[in-house]
Amino acid sequence: MSAQYTATAKALHWGIAVLIFGMLGLGFYMTGLSLSPTKLQLYSWHKWAGVTLFLLVVLRLAWRFAHRPPALPRHMAPIERFAAHAGHHLLYVLMFAIPLTGWLMSSAKGFQTVWFGVVPIPDLLDKDKALGDLLQTVHLSLNFALIAVLLGHVGAALKHHFIDKDDVLTRMLPHRLH
Amino acid sequence: MKRIALALLSTLALATVAHAAEYNQVQADKSRIAFSYQQMGVSMDGSFKNFSSQLRFDPAAPEAAAAAIEVELASIDTGSDEGDEEAAAKTWFNTKDFPQARFESTAVKALGGNRYEVAGKLTIKGTTRDVVVPATFAQQGDAGVFDGSLTIKRGDFSVGEGAWKAFDIVANDVEIKFHITATAR
Repeated sequence: MSAQYTATAKALHWGIAVLIFGMLGLGFYMTGLSLSPTKLQLYSWHKWAGVTLFLLVVLRLAWRFAHRPPALPRHMAPIERFAAHAGHHLLYVLMFAIPLTGWLMSSAKGFQTVWFGVVPIPDLLDKDKALGDLLQTVHLSLNFALIAVLLGHVGAALKHHFIDKDDVLTRMLPHRLH
Repeated sequence: MKRIALALLSTLALATVAHAAEYNQVQADKSRIAFSYQQMGVSMDGSFKNFSSQLRFDPAAPEAAAAAIEVELASIDTGSDEGDEEAAAKTWFNTKDFPQARFESTAVKALGGNRYEVAGKLTIKGTTRDVVVPATFAQQGDAGVFDGSLTIKRGDFSVGEGAWKAFDIVANDVEIKFHITATAR
């Protein structure tokens, strides 16, 4: 029983997971659209969700520091332990950096982020087209990196479940599912 | 005789002063026409790079003042290339058929202090409407500086048609701000 994640950690993990997959899909879809009211609306939603995601990640990091997660299974080799820790660190860094670059890119491009159209997020950067384009490239590249790390993350979870047959996947599942 | 000569002289002097204070040479590099609007609750800014204006304004005789401003709509700067292209398209300004927007004053009223009210006709995309523009005048060195703003409804001029016609994404209200510097000849 002690090997389970806390209910809060699980809720944050799955909530953020759903948001990240939705945001990846939305992000790649909306950037390909030609300018229309729909496009502007999707961009606004993307930015609102990005701010929300960032706050959830901050909450999650705070929870993570205050609550030690269950230990890795004993059967794991040192290289596997290293890969697991490195992967999780990378995920946290990317979940933190991607919304930040999105917000900075918006500022540099001259489009302020107003959370849900109500709460204005200050612009840290002044309007600067070249910087905006650079940040767009950074935002996109970080997302490609995120996709790569996520593939590793999901792949590793499935390997633990189906090949190693340990509890690494199930201890993150909602209580009634296992 | 002496009295008449004095009166004549002072009239002449006044006329010279009045003439000297007529601001009529617009300094394009020190003038600016910008606009702002709301897009899903977010305040957006833009400007027009090219416009020409003629004006004459004498603070001693504001009622005789007149102004005409012609804005090259294709010179719009919305902050993004795709925004600039969209603004020039048929649904927005349709710059191919209506390359310029034009304001022409019909009457100028002094409101006291440095405040004035400029009534005139504003033409955008083939629609002409009567507008009243509040403006201020300030003397800066040997130049006169005019500042003011006017909020129009883009729907009144069919700016933003088709998919853009609703105001839920791009608001109906557009504030036009101008800053015009003119010197006396």
